[in-house]
Amino acid sequence: MSSPAAPGRVVIVGASLAGLRAAETLRREGFRGELTLIGDEPHEPYDRPPLSKQVLAGRASPAHTALVRAPDLEATWLLGEPAAALDPHTRTVTLAGGREIGYDRLLIATGTRARPWPAAEEAALDGVFTLRGRDDAERLRAALAAGPRRVLVIGGGFTGSEIASVCRELGLPVTLAERGPAPLSGALGAAAGSVAARMQRAHGVDLRANTTVMALEGDGSGRLRAAYLSDGDVVEVDVAVVALGAVRNTEWLAGSGLAADARGVVCDAACRAFDADAVVTDDVYVAGDVARWPHPHYDGLLLAVEHWDNAVRQAETAAANLLREPPAPLRPHRGLPAFWSYQFGVNIKSVGLPTIADEVVVTQGAVADGRFVAAYGRQGRTVAAVAVDSPRWLPAYAGFVAANLPFPPDLHASDAPDPLRPVPAGLALDDRATHSPTAAVTGDGPTASDRSTHRDPRSPLTAPPL
Amino acid sequence: MTDTLFAQVLDEASRADPYPLYAQLRRTPVSRQGENLYAASTYRAVTALLHDPRISSDERKSRTGAGALAASGRLIEDGDERRPGFIFLDPPEHDRLRAVVMRQFTPHRIRLLGRHVETLVDELLDRRAGQTTLDVVDDLAYPLPVTVICELLGVPREDEPRFHVWATALARTLDPPEGMSEEEVARAVSAAAELRAYLVELAGQRAAHPRPDLLSGLLTDASGDRMNPPEIIATMALLLIAGHETTVNLITNGMLTLLRNPEALALLRERPDLITPALEEVLRYDPPVQFRTRTTLTDVELDGVTVPAGANVALLLASASRDPERFPQADRYEPLRQDNQHLGFGGGIHYCVGAPLARIEARVALGALVRRLESPRLAADPPPYRQSASLRGPRHLVVEAARVT
Amino acid sequence: MRVLVDLNRCLSYGQCVFAAPSVFRFHGAESLEYDYAPGRALAEEVRHAAAACPVQAITYAEEPSGE
Ligand SMILES: Cc1cc2nc3c(=O)[nH]c(=O)nc-3n(C[C@H](O)[C@H](O)[C@H](O)COP(=O)(O)OP(=O)(O)OC[C@H]3O[C@@H](n4cnc5c(N)ncnc54)[C@H](O)[C@@H]3O)c2cc1C
Ligand code: HEM
Ligand code: SF4
Repeated sequence: MSSPAAPGRVVIVGASLAGLRAAETLRREGFRGELTLIGDEPHEPYDRPPLSKQVLAGRASPAHTALVRAPDLEATWLLGEPAAALDPHTRTVTLAGGREIGYDRLLIATGTRARPWPAAEEAALDGVFTLRGRDDAERLRAALAAGPRRVLVIGGGFTGSEIASVCRELGLPVTLAERGPAPLSGALGAAAGSVAARMQRAHGVDLRANTTVMALEGDGSGRLRAAYLSDGDVVEVDVAVVALGAVRNTEWLAGSGLAADARGVVCDAACRAFDADAVVTDDVYVAGDVARWPHPHYDGLLLAVEHWDNAVRQAETAAANLLREPPAPLRPHRGLPAFWSYQFGVNIKSVGLPTIADEVVVTQGAVADGRFVAAYGRQGRTVAAVAVDSPRWLPAYAGFVAANLPFPPDLHASDAPDPLRPVPAGLALDDRATHSPTAAVTGDGPTASDRSTHRDPRSPLTAPPL
Repeated sequence: MTDTLFAQVLDEASRADPYPLYAQLRRTPVSRQGENLYAASTYRAVTALLHDPRISSDERKSRTGAGALAASGRLIEDGDERRPGFIFLDPPEHDRLRAVVMRQFTPHRIRLLGRHVETLVDELLDRRAGQTTLDVVDDLAYPLPVTVICELLGVPREDEPRFHVWATALARTLDPPEGMSEEEVARAVSAAAELRAYLVELAGQRAAHPRPDLLSGLLTDASGDRMNPPEIIATMALLLIAGHETTVNLITNGMLTLLRNPEALALLRERPDLITPALEEVLRYDPPVQFRTRTTLTDVELDGVTVPAGANVALLLASASRDPERFPQADRYEPLRQDNQHLGFGGGIHYCVGAPLARIEARVALGALVRRLESPRLAADPPPYRQSASLRGPRHLVVEAARVT
Repeated sequence: MRVLVDLNRCLSYGQCVFAAPSVFRFHGAESLEYDYAPGRALAEEVRHAAAACPVQAITYAEEPSGE
């Protein structure tokens, strides 16, 4: 890698999973120039998935989820201060404190943050939490360890459901309020959601589906005391966890001229950022939770995927492309979205994009046994699969999705229900769920600006009883 | 079917080096190899099929019968209580039986056995100390796993000569019927009956007087999904054969490979800790289980070929692990290979139950051979091979050394 | 030392649990949990676990790099 055109300085903004993986890939691919990582968190890169699982449950320390990193990275780490602005013409990143950092190539990997509770005074109550980073986990864990009378989880997406699961493991009474018809319904559909609902109830969660939290109320000293639900109930709680999905960290790009808005930064399948005129740049790249890109498998619709696996692979692709010297071909980022979670003692893995499905069918195992695989279909082809406590089948389904196998897939599996019973997936719900799904199609053009999409989570879908 | 590539693989003449045939087979990832027989040869095709729910391990679902079937249901007359071991079963039955066994296969139990492995290896090699030749098979690679599996299962070691014969006859039936003589089939049939009678009697003893072994564990399992007596017998037979006919080949193939690659041997003498990746590389480069057959439950299209329902498909694990599309320098033994996602223990739901145990045994045994043989060299290259094509390995591996220390 | 498992690749084969039971364990039937920062004394076990993983999902670094 000593071609004259090779970049001398690469700057990565966002020093977490995608940022670190990109940095490692750069070095592995032979980049010898200056490498700078800018991160607003004071910590070195750490892993987030355990925060809502073993860390919260007290089986691991929040300080002990640091990511493995290559020993010979030789990077400059600027931690604890956010990037505040980008000027792509002068190729400069400006930090909040005013310091300017020049680059030849830039990678944007600023990820997302937890969507806050919309009413600021209520969000500020003692006892109201969100969970995205290590410090959040530390605080929430301490609150749970103190033995609250009841915990309220607002939003039944993966994170909210995992938190509810940990509460039950800790023996804490927990209420989960979900605006959609069931937990996980935003990501996996109402049909799969009903399975999650049964599972939660079986584990003692006070599940309130089709219900929103209208208001949080504090006592005289500013401590959370109660929550008002759209079903008319008032629950007394000491802890509320706001799990309403994520907001993309793109504010710092305002005025940069890039196609960046609340839905993310738009890039092409080679991870090159678009500017606001839909012209692709060749020195700014994007990866991870903050990116939106046209996936070759999904008809060019822009995809946003908040999954660990995507962050890793997109970062690797972006880094390789960033170093590429023409005429070497660009690498497309085309792997299928894939996700794992575990909650209430079961392992849930998915591949493909359940959110675009119209139908779902159990293809192996039995829901009643708690072990099964379900395939998702859209207009007669298989687009996704979810495996519950059956991870070893999933690679085959990835193949089925990649090959556009007809839906329902005709597998004749030895453990298939007979007959197969496809049902509506329950996803065409027009953004009903309280949380945003973590992998979704987000529109079809790089310049379409954000007329934002997010409704106030407090407004119920139907009028609350007076 | 006389001269298909797969028939040549089965032919004993190819036993010492089937790899050039696999290379030819890989030119067509999925190919027809006989009346009702297909072969999957590339890494992509084999891994796809290992995880594919349209593929069955139950030979009874094949239109023609997949293996020579002695170890499976084929040798079981109707109404007989015998049933196939779970390696030959599909979900949900497979999953249930495997889960029961896994409850007995605890990390703790394996750990204790592992400690014993070190003593056993030392004892076995001490018997050859001071000498200048050694047969890797007879002196170490065979007696070690047999002793260990007997201990694990609770089968008296002194009965070994009896079930050795049965295990060999039954293991042979993992090869497709095309490769077997009528006489061998007959031998397998009687071996199955005798092994079963033996295990029934043993189970009776353990039921009356349980010991801290796996058989007693299965018999006294108090959980809701415990095995019934015929299932216990079938499982014991499976474990006994699997524990008998595989690890021996891993140790032997490993030593053979090291003797053919002196730089690797020298490296391991200097850095004994590298035995771990070196052993994984043996599992890729010269695996004890070369292929397994499956049956299609419906028409399956793969790499442009449609395999019809009820056909037999040989998953050529050993060929897949030599696929240059997946492994750079695939035909070279590289003890430090990175990203070694080999298929030596299979993959998917039938992934080898005994892998943790086999790894410990082979690591300790191979490590000791490397350490204790001074200036070793092969007496014969290639060595004589055992008959089986699927469970492939040398019958003897005589090594001449300056000294066994 | 540090350990990281790619839980998307992980298919819960459990080989790591056998090789290094004090680092890797199952939570429930199929969900792997592990210690991200095991003590140096466990390095050999972790090496065995990483080598044994059928899908090569385990990475580790013996020295936490202090840049
Ligand atoms: C609690 C929790 C549980 C999860 N569980 C799972 C799971 O089970 N399975 C799964 O697949 N995924 C899971 N995820 C998602 C996964 O962690 C994310 O997809 C992954 O972290 C994305 O990595 P990233 O680097 O793109 O973004 P992030 O991890 O969000 O990193 C972005 C970094 O950039 C920093 N930053 C933001 N703005 C600036 C700025 N202006 N200047 C400098 N730095 C900035 C942020 O502070 C952050 O450190 C979970 C996430 C959370 C929070
Ligand atoms: C080096 C030694 C070994 C090798 C290479 C090996 C290889 C394999 C392979 C490739 C499979 C997959 C079969 C298939 O997919 O159809 C398998 C399955 C199996 N092995 Fe091993 N094996 C070894 C040692 C052992 C030992 C020591 C035991 C017993 C203690 C054992 C017990 C089993 C069992 C029970 C299965 C069936 C699992 C199932 O169907 O779910 N193996 N082995
Ligand atoms: S060995 Fe690999 S696949 Fe198996 S549980 Fe461990 S990490 Fe997962």
